[in-house]
Amino acid sequence: MRYDSLLDSVGGTPLVGLPHLSPSPDVRLWAKLEDQNPTGSVKDRAALKMIEVAEKDGTLRPGCTILEPTSGNTGISLAMAARLKGYRLVCVMPENTSAERKQLLAMWGAETVSSPAQGGSNQAVRVAKQVAAEHPDWVMLYQYGNPANALAHYEGTAPEVLADLPTVTHFVAGLGTTGTLMGAGRFFRENKPEVRIVAAEPRYGELVYGLRNLDEGFVPELYDETLVDSRFSVGPRDAVRRVRELLDAEGIFAGISTGAILHAALGQAAAAVTAGERADIVFVVADGGWKYLSTGAYEGTVDEAEERLEGQLWA
Amino acid sequence: MAVEVRIPTILRTYTDGEKSVAGEGATLSEVIEHLEGNHPGIKERLLDREEGSPVLRRFINVYVNDEDVRFTGGLGTSVSDGDQVVVLPAVAGG
Repeated sequence: MRYDSLLDSVGGTPLVGLPHLSPSPDVRLWAKLEDQNPTGSVKDRAALKMIEVAEKDGTLRPGCTILEPTSGNTGISLAMAARLKGYRLVCVMPENTSAERKQLLAMWGAETVSSPAQGGSNQAVRVAKQVAAEHPDWVMLYQYGNPANALAHYEGTAPEVLADLPTVTHFVAGLGTTGTLMGAGRFFRENKPEVRIVAAEPRYGELVYGLRNLDEGFVPELYDETLVDSRFSVGPRDAVRRVRELLDAEGIFAGISTGAILHAALGQAAAAVTAGERADIVFVVADGGWKYLSTGAYEGTVDEAEERLEGQLWA
Repeated sequence: MAVEVRIPTILRTYTDGEKSVAGEGATLSEVIEHLEGNHPGIKERLLDREEGSPVLRRFINVYVNDEDVRFTGGLGTSVSDGDQVVVLPAVAGG
């Protein structure tokens, strides 16, 4: 396939069957390989769409500085797009994210402001809001509340899935900014309402939930729970176990959050088998495993990997 | 029904620092009432009132066997012997 530039090649990712992990010919699992986007994650879609919409409505003009709170992937996607389009990018990132993410951001020319590990991405959002107040001329695209984030999946990811697999019964994705699920959820509600929308949310170590009080909790402004049918919390042990199964059985080398998503997808598959129902379950491979090698999730026993992930933002 | 209830750091002032406490009840509502009996004050931190009825606070998520109860019947979600109830504050991802 030929494209005029790297940015034009975002999206249009393969949907591949999982012949070994699918429980039966009637209950099949399919992986949407979002790691095959230009910077290796699903966030290329949201980042590019947020920039395009901001350019169109005049918020983003040549020479602008973009500011964004991100635990990594969105920052990396924005950094690539900002470099090609000539914007400066400042990312606010929790200090407990992997070393690879910091290096990748620097490679694409982004500047990073660290936020404290305690409180995870909540703190990054808070720090970014402070920085935005100090620099009113900077443009915060704000993935947690920007409708263009969900729009990327409403116009891209979900219609691609339906076109490739008209018999789809379940769509399973990770819940972070909620953009993937909100966009795909809305698309399927409108175009194939019987598709079940399933969220897999990473459950981190206690450090990440170390808020000072409950009012510091955070629900992304994009989130609309009527667009989701069920939501699962998946801890590092299940995520690591599944990400290794995906590699062993199907040869797919995915990031740790994809293990959590696969865990939820396999739960749906088991339920369909029990109920004697046909199912075509699509799940999102959010990124590849490369950026997480230094976390130690891919070596040693599952116990060791689980221990190493304690306190890290692994998704 | 005897269940295990996991308490987040921020609410452990009510459980003498215990990470995990024993719970009793057939529904999540009953488990929270039972919890309140042993750890007075905790219910107020978990529940809010909406149009006169109790609901989970906006920044509180509760999972029974890893599934978010907001999609399984809310406070009416049934629990069985040996289930695990996890309480967590809502945090940002991405």
